[in-house]
Amino acid sequence: MILRLTLAAALLGGTAALAQQTDLTLAIQLEPPHLDPTSAAAGAIDSVLYSNVFEGLTSFTETGAIVPGLAREWEISEDGLIYTFHLAQGVTFHDGTTFDAEDVKFSLDRARAEDSTNAQKALYTGITDVTVIDPTTVQLTLDAPNGNLLFNLAWGDAVIVAPESIEGIKQTPIGTGPFKFDEWRQGDSITLVQNADYWGEAPFLTKATFKFISDPTAAFAAMMAQDVDAFSGFPAPENLPQFEGDPRFAVIKGSSEGETILAMNNKQPPFDNPMVREALSHAIDRQAIIDGAMFGLGTPIGTHFAPHNPDYVDLTGLSVYDPDRARMLLVDAGYAEGFTTTLKLPPPSYARRGGEIIASQLRNVGIETEITNLEWAQWLEEVFRGKDFGLTIVSHTEPFDIGIYARPDYYFQYDNPEFQALMKLLNATTDPAARSDMLAEAQTIIAQDYVNGYLFQLAFPTVADARLEGLWPNQPTQANDLTKVRWTQ
Amino acid sequence: MSRNLILGGALTALFLGAAALSFLWTPYDVTALDIPARLQPPGGAHLLGTDHFGRDILSMLMVGARTSIAVALVAVGIGITIGVPLGLAAASRAGGWMDELISRSADLIFAFPSLVIAILITAVFGPGALNAILAIGIFNIPVFARLARGAALSLWTREFILAARVAGKNRTRISAEHILPNIANLLIVQCTIQFSLGILAEAGLSYVGLGAQPPIPSWGRMLADAQTLVSLAPHVALIPGLTIVFMVLGLNLLGDGLRDHFDPRLRVLRT
Repeated sequence: MILRLTLAAALLGGTAALAQQTDLTLAIQLEPPHLDPTSAAAGAIDSVLYSNVFEGLTSFTETGAIVPGLAREWEISEDGLIYTFHLAQGVTFHDGTTFDAEDVKFSLDRARAEDSTNAQKALYTGITDVTVIDPTTVQLTLDAPNGNLLFNLAWGDAVIVAPESIEGIKQTPIGTGPFKFDEWRQGDSITLVQNADYWGEAPFLTKATFKFISDPTAAFAAMMAQDVDAFSGFPAPENLPQFEGDPRFAVIKGSSEGETILAMNNKQPPFDNPMVREALSHAIDRQAIIDGAMFGLGTPIGTHFAPHNPDYVDLTGLSVYDPDRARMLLVDAGYAEGFTTTLKLPPPSYARRGGEIIASQLRNVGIETEITNLEWAQWLEEVFRGKDFGLTIVSHTEPFDIGIYARPDYYFQYDNPEFQALMKLLNATTDPAARSDMLAEAQTIIAQDYVNGYLFQLAFPTVADARLEGLWPNQPTQANDLTKVRWTQ
Repeated sequence: MSRNLILGGALTALFLGAAALSFLWTPYDVTALDIPARLQPPGGAHLLGTDHFGRDILSMLMVGARTSIAVALVAVGIGITIGVPLGLAAASRAGGWMDELISRSADLIFAFPSLVIAILITAVFGPGALNAILAIGIFNIPVFARLARGAALSLWTREFILAARVAGKNRTRISAEHILPNIANLLIVQCTIQFSLGILAEAGLSYVGLGAQPPIPSWGRMLADAQTLVSLAPHVALIPGLTIVFMVLGLNLLGDGLRDHFDPRLRVLRT
């Protein structure tokens, strides 16, 4: 009997050691519309593929720092106009074709081309020429010095793709990363498997499944039942305390690059009047929105800049909650009776819940809003492209995106030549101290112009199995880099 | 009076009364948010507790009843005013081309699941209480048309109708003066059933975000909003859920009671 027990114990111990898991099921909220990160603005594509399937010349780390990617080292000419990249050797794409300088030229030429649909095309138009020096060396020539170039090249929009596989990239993405695309079950999941021929350090996981769960209730249920191992960007902040109290789970409250704003249509009356925009900024109680919509998760912002960035300037003082002042400003602007406008809300709860709270706060100063709830596709069509809105709430999750205020055709249509000149100057400046000063000035200009109502920095909560480690706590860019993720027991 | 009738009538009256009262008075302002006081349990300052924005649930239910009842009432109204004349017209010329047209059209609308079409209508014309009314109302038309036609057909062979025809009244007058009063009982019972279906449909549309838009309170949206809070504050979901149940139960009991009350055969049994 004793013998049998020890045997059983030994067997159990043996299986436990063997059962070291190497596969992961990670849930995210949104399903990508297709799988080409270089031709769409949808962040969900990068959430699945960035650093896993596709790699760029440089890449983001979990802290937002820029590190070498496919380019192992580089030299910058004295005048800042010529960048010479030395590429990693022995790299192959998942379809077996080799990676070399020609692929880099192809990818960057494609991103800049006349008919390019790259969502961040503007970031790369300053590159006037891409020259292949030899198979492992490539040279970029710029029209003006660009202090952001290495940062821009780390974006998911600048990953390296191959001419051989570009045809089917939207369905079968072929990259150079540590994971290969395996299967896409539309509406359900995408599966990646380890790339045995990866040129860099092999990941711990052999298989990763991205599951798409957008409904907060379903997200809670899936996580509680452990149908998924982790949920990156958990959609229901109200449920986090329950996970925190459960030893099976770890809750990581990271930050994202998401400046959540009450965007105002700067070209549409009455928001073309800066006094009206200022009034709105004072009518909004940020803390109530953070508490009510996000259950306390989020950092108030006073301008369009991430608070964790060292160059952030706290300008919340310019738009303190002061309904009396808001009413006075409205009177001065000629809207003593208030006015009615539209408030169009995309699906996330920060927008839907935040929208109801903002509507109530605006009503308090005499502004009536007609709320319309939109799905993402409708929102992109009506608001983002059609610019048919008065107010909307959205989180801008791209990193370092204050440059959108220099684009008069961007959906909130802010047109300030002074700001545009400053951005041009910033892009041409490489001296860190000078750049810091300019960034502070840029933040102040858009805060003083009350372009939008700056609400809060979107938190990025991740709920994970307590035995998992290596998940990115923060979202310096939309990504779920799985290269360091592993099970600890 | 039967127990069903009394209980159903009382429940219905309670909700109608609450909705009517909400025009004059609610315990709290339904559009006033009070975030620090959110998710309070029932009892205390808020009789039925507060929701995730700190709004008073009782006040929201009272104003929400207004939305539900208004939508269901107008939708039933559309069904009656269009459906009944169509049904009577069809019956007055039974077998004629007009009868065929009306009956087949009614069949056609019946062939589609009503809630799915309601979703389609609100998706095309935009969400909102008005479009919800239209969507639900359209599906009430064939219900009343069929009922009116069926009931009227059996009356057309009766002697008093023959007498009216012999007396020279035309078919339209006969329908209005002799047929309609004799099928009124049936129509009233059907009204209560359609009314409760209307309440459910409105709650369903609001639940998926296609009914009344915020900040107008609606029972269905209260349920949807409470969805992720069930484990945190069950009352936020339970209370509007039970409210819908009791409203529909009340209307169905009322309908049953009225049917029994109007049914002459049962009246004989009772005495």
